[in-house]
Amino acid sequence: MLELTLNHYLSVSAILFALGIFGIFLNRKNVITILMSIELMLLAVNINMVAFSAYGGNLEGQIFSLFILTVAAAEAAIGLAILVVFFRNRGSIAVEDVNILKG
Amino acid sequence: MLEALFFYLFSGVMLASGLMVVVSRNPVYSVLFLILAFFNAAGMFVLIGAEFLAMLLVVVYVGAVAVLFLFVVMMLDINFAEMRAGFQKYLPLGLVVGGILVFELVTAMYGDAFSNASLPMASEIANTTQLGGVLYTKYAFLFQIAGLILLVAMIGAISLTMRKRVGVRRQSIAAQNSRRREEVMEIVKIPSGKEKRKDDGVNINVDAK
Repeated sequence: MLELTLNHYLSVSAILFALGIFGIFLNRKNVITILMSIELMLLAVNINMVAFSAYGGNLEGQIFSLFILTVAAAEAAIGLAILVVFFRNRGSIAVEDVNILKG
Repeated sequence: MLEALFFYLFSGVMLASGLMVVVSRNPVYSVLFLILAFFNAAGMFVLIGAEFLAMLLVVVYVGAVAVLFLFVVMMLDINFAEMRAGFQKYLPLGLVVGGILVFELVTAMYGDAFSNASLPMASEIANTTQLGGVLYTKYAFLFQIAGLILLVAMIGAISLTMRKRVGVRRQSIAAQNSRRREEVMEIVKIPSGKEKRKDDGVNINVDAK
């Protein structure tokens, strides 16, 4: 219990990932909160990568975590830009209003 | 001992603030709790020996991404209260799916000999030096592609959100500089004291064309 093992970090990241999933289910109308939940899930994945990297003793996990961070930043920027443009055109950000493509 | 204490502190606060991100009523509070979660994750990274990523998390996530979220949340004029309709309806489904996911992930990781290993001794070389040594040699191309991704994201975000407003008077320097005197001015000779009554003032036409 007081000796930290890899399992501790993996458990925390598993719970955080599940919280992200939970948030997507819970706030399925609000796109901003869905994006924030995705950020939480990416953070959980980062914790996983860094934990494996530190306990496994090689740096590849941290390098990969760096790239996840890059892609997450790009994704947040593009997602929020799309959100702003969508709000400007429709006056709403509810997910059920996103139906112009009739998908 | 102390490490375990800090681990439980960081992870407890991080999970609690992660929960608050999800269930919070006001999205501004969600963003602030997201920032708190990132800070605690950074503390966890320091604990595990990944100092560079911890600082990167603070700088990139807290400094850029979370503030971007904050700006967008405050810019959009939305009634967030009515967005929470159906919150109760989806609560059981979300709990079931999240619970199953946690159960699967946790059962998958236990019972493995590697998972119970303790942290190897910290290296003499600093974490940032080690990362730099690998990142700029072995992964140089990936690093450049990551920069390219950021460039594409920046250009995409700008071109998505830029718009030409109509009805806004703004200065056009090119149009101003291309004005010529003969196009916009006209010199009219006014004969003095001639047919003053009829015409009632000479038409001095110096209007801009």
